[in-house]
Amino acid sequence: MKLRHRLENIYRLGIKELFSLRQDVVLLALIVWAFSFAIYTAATGLSHDLHNASIAVVDQDRSQLSTRLRDALEKPYFKTPVLINYSDIDPVMDSGQYTFVLVIPTDFEADVIAGRKPDIQLNIDATAMMQAGIGEGYINSIFSQEVRTWMGGKTQAAGETAQSPIDLVLRYAFNPNAESSWFTSVMEIINNVTMLSIILAGAALIREREHGTIEHLLVMPLAPFEIMMAKVWSNGLIILVAAGLSLGLVVELMLKVPIAGSEALFLAGTVLYLFFATALGIFLATLAQSMPQFGLLFMLVVLPMRLLSGGYTPTESQPQLMQWIMTFVPSTHYVKFAQSILYRGAGLDIVWPEFAMVAGIGGLFFAFAAFRFRKSIAVMRT
Amino acid sequence: MIPPTGDTQPQNNSMKNGPDTRPAVRVANVSHHYGKTDALLNINLDLDQGRIVGFIGPDGVGKSTLLGLISGARQVQKGDVITLGGDMRNARQRAKTSPRIAYMPQGLGKNLYMDLTVRENLEFFGRLFGQKKSERAQRIENLVQSTGLTPFTNRPAGNLSGGMKQKLGLCCALIHDPDILILDEPTTGVDPLSRQQFWDLIDSIRKARRGMTVLVATAYMDEASRFDHLIAMNDGKILARGTAQELLKQTKTDSLEAAFIALLPEDQRKDHKELVIPPRPESGDKPAIEAKDLTKKFGDFTAVDHVSFRIERGEIFGFLGSNGCGKTTTMKMLTGLLPASEGKAWLFGEPSNGTDLKMRERVGYMSQAFSLYSELTVRQNLDLHARLFHLPPDQLSSRIDDLSTRFGLTHYMDDLAEKLPLGVRQRLSLAVAIIHSPEILILDEPTSGVDPIARDDFWQLLIDLSRNQGVTIFISTHFMNEAARCDRISLMHAGQVLDSDTPAALVKKRGTETLEQAFIAYLKEATGDTDKTGRSANAKDATPGIGEISTNEDAENETFIAAANWAETAVPGFSPRRMWAYSLREAMGLIRDPIRLVFALLGTLILMPVFGLGITFDVENLTYAALDRDQTPESRTYLEGLAGSRYFTEKPPLHSYAEMENRIKSGELALIVEIPPNFGRKLQQNRSPEIAATIDATMPFRAETIHGYVQGIHQKYVGDNIMRETGNVATALPAGIQARYRYNQDFKSIYAIVPSVIALLLVFIPAVLMAVGVVREKELGSITNLYVTPVSRFEFLLGKQLPYIALGMINFSLMTFMAVVVFGVPVKGSFLALVLGAFLFVVSTTGLGLLISSFTKTQIAALFGTAIATMIPSVMFSGMMQPISSLEAGPRVLSMIIPTSHFMTISVGVFTKALGLMALYPQFIILALFFPALTGLSMLLLPRQER
Repeated sequence: MKLRHRLENIYRLGIKELFSLRQDVVLLALIVWAFSFAIYTAATGLSHDLHNASIAVVDQDRSQLSTRLRDALEKPYFKTPVLINYSDIDPVMDSGQYTFVLVIPTDFEADVIAGRKPDIQLNIDATAMMQAGIGEGYINSIFSQEVRTWMGGKTQAAGETAQSPIDLVLRYAFNPNAESSWFTSVMEIINNVTMLSIILAGAALIREREHGTIEHLLVMPLAPFEIMMAKVWSNGLIILVAAGLSLGLVVELMLKVPIAGSEALFLAGTVLYLFFATALGIFLATLAQSMPQFGLLFMLVVLPMRLLSGGYTPTESQPQLMQWIMTFVPSTHYVKFAQSILYRGAGLDIVWPEFAMVAGIGGLFFAFAAFRFRKSIAVMRT
Repeated sequence: MIPPTGDTQPQNNSMKNGPDTRPAVRVANVSHHYGKTDALLNINLDLDQGRIVGFIGPDGVGKSTLLGLISGARQVQKGDVITLGGDMRNARQRAKTSPRIAYMPQGLGKNLYMDLTVRENLEFFGRLFGQKKSERAQRIENLVQSTGLTPFTNRPAGNLSGGMKQKLGLCCALIHDPDILILDEPTTGVDPLSRQQFWDLIDSIRKARRGMTVLVATAYMDEASRFDHLIAMNDGKILARGTAQELLKQTKTDSLEAAFIALLPEDQRKDHKELVIPPRPESGDKPAIEAKDLTKKFGDFTAVDHVSFRIERGEIFGFLGSNGCGKTTTMKMLTGLLPASEGKAWLFGEPSNGTDLKMRERVGYMSQAFSLYSELTVRQNLDLHARLFHLPPDQLSSRIDDLSTRFGLTHYMDDLAEKLPLGVRQRLSLAVAIIHSPEILILDEPTSGVDPIARDDFWQLLIDLSRNQGVTIFISTHFMNEAARCDRISLMHAGQVLDSDTPAALVKKRGTETLEQAFIAYLKEATGDTDKTGRSANAKDATPGIGEISTNEDAENETFIAAANWAETAVPGFSPRRMWAYSLREAMGLIRDPIRLVFALLGTLILMPVFGLGITFDVENLTYAALDRDQTPESRTYLEGLAGSRYFTEKPPLHSYAEMENRIKSGELALIVEIPPNFGRKLQQNRSPEIAATIDATMPFRAETIHGYVQGIHQKYVGDNIMRETGNVATALPAGIQARYRYNQDFKSIYAIVPSVIALLLVFIPAVLMAVGVVREKELGSITNLYVTPVSRFEFLLGKQLPYIALGMINFSLMTFMAVVVFGVPVKGSFLALVLGAFLFVVSTTGLGLLISSFTKTQIAALFGTAIATMIPSVMFSGMMQPISSLEAGPRVLSMIIPTSHFMTISVGVFTKALGLMALYPQFIILALFFPALTGLSMLLLPRQER
């Protein structure tokens, strides 16, 4: 009887949250935007592939071979190479006008033919972190290819073949063409799940406090835990539905990104994670006195979680200490199992340790937030 | 510049004798609307100089709008408003007239800064009117002396009582000797003694400055009789005007409240009945509510001090007192919302505590502000509360129907609560509070702001509950006539109950005519003040709520006259002092707000390492495992190449395809190398064996980098292998590429990212704080000072910006220090160039924050708006990810018009590329252009008046 009443209270208050949210146009717009346009632009906007890299060439040879090499640098990887003078190298690189500057030395072609193995100098602006390394690799393999075929044409008569003694067959698993949109689209959903569940749950509490309605609830036969649970389930449900729709409609249908594993398993894991994320929102709301303060705290917490959980950059490149700290943040495990399930098709037999971590740490934090919540409303004053 | 009236003594006298017939205020054909709601409808009004005019009527009838228009704070929509001869629609005339107008907006201390002390507030206003230090000091001295604020000058305005806040507001309004003083509900919620003192103060000021016109809006009908002239308003229209006597005569009533009701149009008052309170039958029951020595302390502040009372069953018991005297706190302790510091309370003989859920079912509570879900409909609100009290489902709808009929809510059932008129909302609140038929009803100021008719309706319901249903009602109020209706009342002041009895008995005990006079007598006794005590006795009295007022009028007149003799000092054109007023105010506000300050300083300390390490393009510590199906010396030699690489970390070898699949799926392995059987033999036989490498491409950037690493290691093995075989240093290629990684030989992310992150955080943190800083003034209401004082938009904007520029530079120094010391990223180029660039950049980014704040309305919108508007373009289009040279047309243009890209070029250039001023001069020129452009735009968008 008593338990039934409690469950009914949680249910009723949650329904009320949903009605309240329906009236909040700004938040609704934010949810829609975050799970549709934001995902789409993240996937199609910034590409991590080599794209449109700017390159200049100092061609001191002006031979058939040097022209051929220049022409081999093609769109979309490179912009059309621009010829510059040797003395211009420093200024154009200093100002960031070109990321790569090639210097093809005098008598390059002649030296190649004569087997003197000449070197081309490649200047790389090593502050362009995203392009420099990958770009060097591309230029290397394009030139090897070009020089080899060009030499092949020249030396056919001699019957020489330049065959490698061992072949390396490289294969990309789970994303054969290494398309960055596959990665960014799904990771953006993960990031927005975190962001919105914190905002929604936190804003729901602050809104009640600013309108004075929380006092109203507290004089009724309701326990603080019921009030908190109601916010958790209702706001969590909205995020869950939005994330599911986004995965199905935006990622699979519009962006045509294949999902390897079970979406149901991913959503089940998301439910576990949402307990943590909404509790975090409520916890921050108990620290803040007002909506703007909540906003500032939110940024201080969400930006690190976003950047360090593995949804942007590989966690293993972080310093040890930071990796260790991040193992206690459920979002790290959330990102990890999301990648395992959605990209690599892993099942529960593989991801259960991450599920356990999210549930365990999330549960502890949830209990802590519930404790804070009860304390904070006990000392509330207008 | 010298106004023709009210400035010098002779003119004042002549005004008194031979009146200047020009009106102080002329309002012609003025209408005003908010959205679809009409606030004012075709108002015509001429107000004479030198008089005190009262605007009476309940909330929401247009009084505030009208006063806002007259003061110039609000933009005129339709019609003409001429104040002191200046057309309020004309910006130039308004600017000329504004130094002669003083305006105190509605709400206790709305235009004051609660985080500043009394003196700091006064200094701020003095600076806004261009007063020099010595002049300010003298004026402030005079004002605090005559208002009795002298002992409190170092107390933050937020810690003053309501009465003192209003006095401070008045001082701030009077600091520049205005010719017209506009007061919007200056005494609402203030205790009667403070109220009396406030009006005495106004009287003595008027005696000193005889030409001064005073316009007052008030909801207290009883204090309106003090005014020379009354204007009764309702529904955006003027009902009647005249002296109090004239209005009483016209309506044949004996109180202004009754007169006001009589003046209302027929259809609004037809259902109104005189409120009759039947006597309460004696009951010998145990008390329903009992409190003994109830005390609540917040820190060292005692909000409620040993309060005791007994309320009998079915009684209507009132708490009468000012805002902040402890009424609400006492009620919260009774309901269990707040734990008591000392003392005890009993409900129905049982100790009250917050945890007894059963008890809550017997109590109904209606808190001070409207606290229902305004985003739900009337029916949803009733339904929700009924269900939360677990009314049996079969009774639910009949209970809701019954209540909605009794409370007159049937017409509104499907309206959102936020759309309801105030009176209906209060009835809904009451209906919700009693939906579970409680035996005790606790009502905290349920009728503030409600018009007299709605208030009487509300009381009718209360009387019905008390007399017919035996509900015990505990109500708090600051209206005297409402308190007079209670069976018994407690007079409260500063956390203490002064006395409790029936209203009639209290009046009798003090031998006064009215309850108000009786209360004043009690208050004076409590604070040790009698009519003729001088200043000194009071200066020691630190009780909040009571300042004092000298009754020595001559002395006071002198102070005000002395003040009146200063010449008008509003400086036209740019005034550094007015700008400085805002800079000081902003800096002090920032220092006193812990969360903003923490964000401002710790923000960089936390986010700098997070961004610096989090945004990394280094790919290291890659895990791999081998499936060696050959197990020969050759295969092992090949794998040693991987094991020796600094990028790779070896994991236990694989034994089967199934294991391989599981381990790569779990994310444990980034790379798998498979060596086929017979690898060694084929190699020896020169039969080109094949090695398969599988890369986890979940994260494509990482995969491509691994690709490059593996190929490199492979080439090296092949080269070494051939060298061993043939003794030649051989490569597979007839030509080589010699790569030179310039600026960053180790190709480490931090050398590029750390300087970029400095740029990123310098746009983010100062812009967000700046935006919030201005919008705060809009939300708190102190933006009115921009509207009604001589400060210009440029002075306002620049003044607010300066502290944030300083803050930005502090952040910049912190981050540069961290970059060099913590991250080990040295400044290779010209430090001077870096500092200059940072300065220009911070000026632009704070300007960006200002721009956003000039059109956003709430702090939260400004916060997220600024965060999104600065972060996304800065991350995407400023060269941190894609070099600017690789961007396509659209993003390229965008990167040109955001300041971040230019400073990032400077920052990376100086830190890592060892550049100086000369190499970067185009960036400096562009950055310098942002300030005038952004400030100009902000000035265009920042409204000069409220709309």
